[in-house]
This record gives sequence, C-alpha cells and structure tokens, in this order.
Amino acid sequence: MEINQIFTLAAKEFRDRIRNRWVLAVALVFTVFSLVITYLGGAQQGQIGLKSIELTITSLVSLVIYLIPLIALLLGFDAIVGERERGSLDLLLSFPITRTEFLLGKYLGLAGALTLSTVAGFSLVAALLYQQFKWAGLFHYLGFIISSVLLGLAFLSLAIFMSVIARERTRASGLAIALWFFFVLVFDLLLLGALVGTGGSYGGDIFAYLLLLNPTDVFRILNVFSMDDVRTLYGLSSIVPPALAKPWLMGSVMFAWIVVPLALARWRFTS
Amino acid sequence: MASTIPANNRSHAEESAIEVRGVSKHYGALHAVDGVDLTVKHGEIFGLIGHNGAGKSTLFKMMLGLTEPSAGEILINGTAVTGSDFRHTRRQLGYLPENVVLYDNLSGIETLKFFAKLKGAPIEQCAPMLEQVGLAHALNRPLREYSKGMRQRLGFAQALLGKPRVLFLDEPTNGLDPQAIRDFYITLHKLRDTGVTIIITSHILAELQERVDRLAIMSAGKIQALGSVAQLREQMQMPLVITLRLAANDIPLAQDALSQLSYVNCAVNGDGLTVNCPRSSKMEVISVVSRLGSKLIDLNIQEASLEDVFFGFSD
Repeated sequence: MEINQIFTLAAKEFRDRIRNRWVLAVALVFTVFSLVITYLGGAQQGQIGLKSIELTITSLVSLVIYLIPLIALLLGFDAIVGERERGSLDLLLSFPITRTEFLLGKYLGLAGALTLSTVAGFSLVAALLYQQFKWAGLFHYLGFIISSVLLGLAFLSLAIFMSVIARERTRASGLAIALWFFFVLVFDLLLLGALVGTGGSYGGDIFAYLLLLNPTDVFRILNVFSMDDVRTLYGLSSIVPPALAKPWLMGSVMFAWIVVPLALARWRFTS
Repeated sequence: MASTIPANNRSHAEESAIEVRGVSKHYGALHAVDGVDLTVKHGEIFGLIGHNGAGKSTLFKMMLGLTEPSAGEILINGTAVTGSDFRHTRRQLGYLPENVVLYDNLSGIETLKFFAKLKGAPIEQCAPMLEQVGLAHALNRPLREYSKGMRQRLGFAQALLGKPRVLFLDEPTNGLDPQAIRDFYITLHKLRDTGVTIIITSHILAELQERVDRLAIMSAGKIQALGSVAQLREQMQMPLVITLRLAANDIPLAQDALSQLSYVNCAVNGDGLTVNCPRSSKMEVISVVSRLGSKLIDLNIQEASLEDVFFGFSD
C-alpha cells in the first residue's frame, strides 16, 4: 500500500470541502445549535443559561444524535457513486492507485472535513464552559467532542458503504436517508416496543446488548451513562448494566462501527 | 480481418505497445466484447471506431485494467493489465475518458497538480503543460468557469503528464473548435514521432481518416475490420466517384464514350456527369474521358470516405 497515494487523494477531498464552504457551513450550524441548546436547554425546567456541565452535555447529546448522523451520511453518500456517475472514477483508477488506497483516501479526506467542522462547531461552547467551570468542566466536554467525532466517522463509514453498493446517486441518497431513519428514529422504538411487549420478562440483559447494534445508542451510553448525575434522567438507563458503562468498551464498539462498514465497502469495491 | 497472435509469444508482446489476445467480456447473456485479438505497435496512432454499444468503451476499459476480461489477456508494454506489476506501467499511461467531469471548486493548476502527484510526475510540469494546451490564461480560475472546450483541453493536459508511453483517448475532440482540433492532432503527431503510442476513438470518422496509421472497426463486440484506411478501402472494393464537368451539349458525347465500359455507372448531374467505377478501372475511365479533349472542363476523383467503409463493414 502506498501511503502517498492515499494522502494525495485525501488532501484533495479535504481541500474540496474547505473550498466549497462545506466545513464552514456545518461548523456554523453546530455553533448556532449548540449555543441555543446550551442556553435554552434548561428552559423547560424554568432556567436559562449554563446550569451544569452534565446538563449541557446531556442536551447537546440529543442534538448530536439527530444532526451528526445526518450530516455524515449526506457528506459520504456521493463519495464513490458520484465519481462513477461523473466519469472521474475510471480516470482516477487509471492512475497508479489501488481501489483500497482510493477508498481510504476518500474516507480520510471526508473524515478530516467532518472532524474539523465538528470540533470547530462545538469549540465556542467549550470556551463558555471554560469561562464558567475552568478545566474541570472541559474534561467531560472533551469526551463529548471526541465521541461526537467518532459517531460522525461511524456514519461516514456507513455512507461510504452505501456509496459503493448503490448504482446511482439517487439510490445512494435514498439508502442514506433510510439508514438515518432506522438508526435515529426507528431502532430505539423497536427495542422499547419489544421490551414492553415481552413485559421485560425475556432476555434480561440482551436488550442492553442490542443497543450496541446502533451507533447512536453507543454514543448515548458513552456520554450519558458515564455521568452518574444524569443517568436517572434517561428512561433507558435502567436497562443498561454497569458492565456496558465503560468508556473503553463503548469506545471499542464505536471503533468497530467505523471499521466494519469500511471493510465491507472495501470488500465490495475490490471484488 | 483481425490479426491473430500466437499465444504466449513474449518477444512479440514486447515489440508491441498493446497486445490483446482472445479477449471477451460477458455480462450474463450479453457479449460486450467477443474474442478480440489486436496488436498496436509502438509509435502508432491507432483508431477504434464503432457505433454506440459496439464494445469499444468496454475494450478500452479492459486495456486500462479498469474492467477484468471474462476471457483472454491484455498486455501493455509487455505487462499484463490484471497483474500487480501493472501499477508501475500505469505511470507510463495517459487516459482521457469521454465526457469526464472534473472538480468544479479546484483551479486548473490545482487539478493538474493533484493528478501529477497521483501519477508521480514532476509538479513543475503542470504550468508548462497548461500553456501547451492553451490554458495559460485560465491557470488559476476554478473549473466551474471553464467552457466545455477548456475542460477537454485540461483533460488532455492531465493525460500528457509524466511523459506517457501509451495514450488512450476516448472521443478526445468533443467540444473543441476546428482550430483546436487541428492543434490537437499536430500535438498527437509530434508525440507519435517521439515514439508514443496513441489509441483513439472518435465518432467524427472523417476526422480520424486522415490522421491515424491504422484503425479497427468494431461491431457487436467483434473487430470487423482492421488495417490502414487504404487497406480497408481495398478490402471493401469501394467504388471511386469521378465527377466530370462539361458543357450541356457535350454531355451525350461523354455518355456515349463511357458506355463502352460495361462496369461504369453514369448519371447526369447539374453541370456534367457523375461516374461510379471500380478502383481497378480508374485509369481506363480517365483514358476514355481524356479523349474528350477541351470539351472536358474539369475532372474530380473522390475516394470512398471512411464513413462509407465504416457503414460498409458494420451493416
């Protein structure tokens, strides 16, 4: 494998997203939403402004679960099928670059753009938290930002897989939207339905482990269940066994959500 | 007909730039390419002609190692396109795909530098290359401001990066004006003179006719004819068309003289006669009409065009 080829393609992808102001636009969206939620997230409880680190993060987690998967899927669905439709895929593959290098270059370039916009978008709230709570507050928030980036990378990986298997751009975008609906809206409802339907009498911990099949749930566990103060705020907290509330374990599961779809995409793209 | 190459003839393979041996590509029941044998020599400009769906694009993609053949093998400069050694050979290839859309947000020079890095070609080549294809004035403009012709020139520039030994050009003159087409072929002939092998497709057949050394006509996935334009005309026994300009009252005289030749077809046109005859009897016809002396105002001999040859073969 030639690292230079991967880097050349990644740099081009990254520059393209900076140039078309994609990074700027997404960072602004994150900034505006995160500020609004940070200040108004406690309004239901009759408070406005920064309350606590935990409540700020808890409010932001809900935002991230909706927004980051959507943005990552929109960023990645076009990556391969778009090049194929524009005729540039054949041109690029006629160069001394393997399909694996091509896929990795694409992924890393887009991942760089997504990471930059996520970090930039949430940094203003970080500054506010530092002002109020100093370094103690930033530790948890840093964990939140890292896990948000990982969630984005997992959905980007899924999007690239969709982009490899779809024959047309329109189909790839349909698949991406369907994935968003499934993981963000439908999955937890199904799980909750099954839990309630069985009266909680079957399976025991199995429902908790089923949460690992959804990267947004892994993200939620990473952020919410590691903080004792807010565990009780979430209905699902009662079903998560302590064995799962370990950041390194959840981090590994998230890592698998990044690697496995990308590996499947590679397998499909090279065969 | 298509030339047949003895299998596993290595020395022959090294002499030729492109060696296609019994190559087929099947998509289910569809035979996109069906048992093609083809040899393109070093330093040759080779044309590939066919209707849409004739199989030439699939053959092109297989030659570039982008699509794996269902059967047969392809060697470029002696290296199998499906092997792992082919990565090195790719640095010696240039490819201009048909209707490629490049990156709107990058400038001409940025695009070319990206391709140069990918190919391992010197970055310093990029600016002179853009100048060579007439894009020096648009170096720093984003591609979304480029016209179709400018995009095509940029595509040609990227194909020339790294001094390729073999150039694959798919409909390269699409969107170019006549002057640019002329310049383009001048560049191609200069490249050919330095030993570069060029394989080119075009749907403007008249354009290729005067400019390629040899060509192949593809239809239904097979090579139907292969050779120089002259050889193809010979194979097809295309008739010559001789136009005679005469005064109106001299036309019957000329018709009378030509009626001695049984294989000649005469028709009256606006100011003279149109004569169809086999190539082999060209001199006899000229000898007969020359007896008309000063009554013959003008004479014009037309060869069959490549279009005629093409439609003759692919019908």
